[in-house]
Amino acid sequence: MMRTVTYLILLAIGLLLPHFVYPVLLMKILCFAIFACAFNLLLGFSGLLSFGHAAFFGGAAYIAGYLIKNLELPTIIGILGGVLFTALLGWLVGLLAIRRQGIYFAMVTLALAQMIYFICLEAPITGGEDGMQGIPRGNLFGLSLQSDLTLYYVVLAGFIFAFLLIYRTIHSPFGQVLKAIRENEPRAISLGYDVSKYKLLAFVLSASISGFAGILKMLVFNFATLTDVHWHMSGDVVLMTIFGGIGTILGPVVGSTIIIGLEDQLADSAGDMVTVIMGAIFVVCVLIFRKGIVGESVALYQRMLGRKNLT
Amino acid sequence: MTDKNKDYILTTQHLTKSFKGFVAVNDVSLKILRGNIHALIGPNGAGKTTCFNLLTKFLDPTEGSIFFNSEDITKEKPAEIARRGIVRSFQISAVFPHLTLLENVRIALQSKRKTSFQFWRSEESLNDLNQKALELLNAVELESFHKQLAVELPYGRKRALEIATTLALEPELMLLDEPTQGMGHEDVDHVMKLIKSVSSGRTILMVEHNMKVVSGISDSITVLSRGSILAEGDYQTISTNPEVMTAYMGTQATESVHE
Repeated sequence: MMRTVTYLILLAIGLLLPHFVYPVLLMKILCFAIFACAFNLLLGFSGLLSFGHAAFFGGAAYIAGYLIKNLELPTIIGILGGVLFTALLGWLVGLLAIRRQGIYFAMVTLALAQMIYFICLEAPITGGEDGMQGIPRGNLFGLSLQSDLTLYYVVLAGFIFAFLLIYRTIHSPFGQVLKAIRENEPRAISLGYDVSKYKLLAFVLSASISGFAGILKMLVFNFATLTDVHWHMSGDVVLMTIFGGIGTILGPVVGSTIIIGLEDQLADSAGDMVTVIMGAIFVVCVLIFRKGIVGESVALYQRMLGRKNLT
Repeated sequence: MTDKNKDYILTTQHLTKSFKGFVAVNDVSLKILRGNIHALIGPNGAGKTTCFNLLTKFLDPTEGSIFFNSEDITKEKPAEIARRGIVRSFQISAVFPHLTLLENVRIALQSKRKTSFQFWRSEESLNDLNQKALELLNAVELESFHKQLAVELPYGRKRALEIATTLALEPELMLLDEPTQGMGHEDVDHVMKLIKSVSSGRTILMVEHNMKVVSGISDSITVLSRGSILAEGDYQTISTNPEVMTAYMGTQATESVHE
């Protein structure tokens, strides 16, 4: 009951906010929120730390950009094509990476993501260091996306769709198995689960939704940029997820909101110092509140109630 | 005593595992009779756990083959072995710590369903398994804790939960790796009774150090030493075997195995 009310309030805020805050910033936050939620599906609920998610986030933007700009296909085809591409890419990367665990898993994903980065840098159609520019937003279901406010509501709808999809995935029979694998992989095997297949599906889902986030961001800014495929981006999404709270439903949303909001606020005043400030935040987070903002708040709330097992 | 008229559930032939020159399991030919509680004992480092890992395919044997119900399962993957009905426990308690007791057991029940990949379906579709899960928890006297997280249970109860989870798969053959390790006296008695009670209608192979448990409930015993079978038989035969004494105690002490 209380949960429903919280979500309704958040929805109302989401609907009203663009009238008070610059919509482009809000859209950027939403895109990163989708990205972080998708990442959290993998890290928080399957226990897999990917260090190559930028390849899906940025890669999808290039593919969608190519479909929309060069081939002049409708926006919806660009979105679907980009997501399909990341699903395939995720399947390939996942297939190779899930054979390894822990740091080796992270390294394999990083190495493969770097390959994607170089393709984006060198391929003739990507625009090299300038990125792919001037990608039109086009129309979606007969609706022109030219106005920021219109696009905002489309992005918000996209966010809600992705959020619900992830929420359902976590609370599905599949999600139960994922949690079991995260908790005790050998035991899950001994109960008859072919764990690599479950991990692979989780990886593909996470990659696809990350791609979806990247495509939306590309539509917002009209270009696909190298920054989004760079490994820094893979690091940023880890930071957002940990900062908000690994394995919590709302944590990645809170994390990305604060980090993107801070970056925006500090961009003028702090300049290059932003990186240092982000680094400091990360250190404080890891040292003092490991469960992240949402995780710690929930823990505090439970302590105040004086009972356990609220979930 | 010919092999042919006996009903073996699991046999191995010349099972061998070597790690870079070190032979952990050496030419072990086990025969487990259906319906027995069979104990695998031996000093530390005798290869008991390696043997378990081979039987459940968590490790691949270097040589030899494994037969379950007369079918060769040597090449199968661990998850396939489990689906055949050979379900193992682990030396360290194998629960899912941050799932509730109910969910722990339900995960096992769920593995027989075809919906486990369906990420679009609500987990409420699993609720019809709850009744069965509660019955299994009831069998190990944990029903009243079903909403708790497994991590909050004391050690002995975790092992009981583990047995309930294993039972959920209705295994033909249960492999228990040191089920009473690290337990106090009352817990040992409790788990012993539990194993005895769940053994009806199935076969149990267990690695166990506690001689009280071994003598109390096992029908047959295989003693491993340095990777090879040293002796086989019932408790009486084993406990009077001079080679077994030597392996366990050094040269002297003939009564110690009796407790």
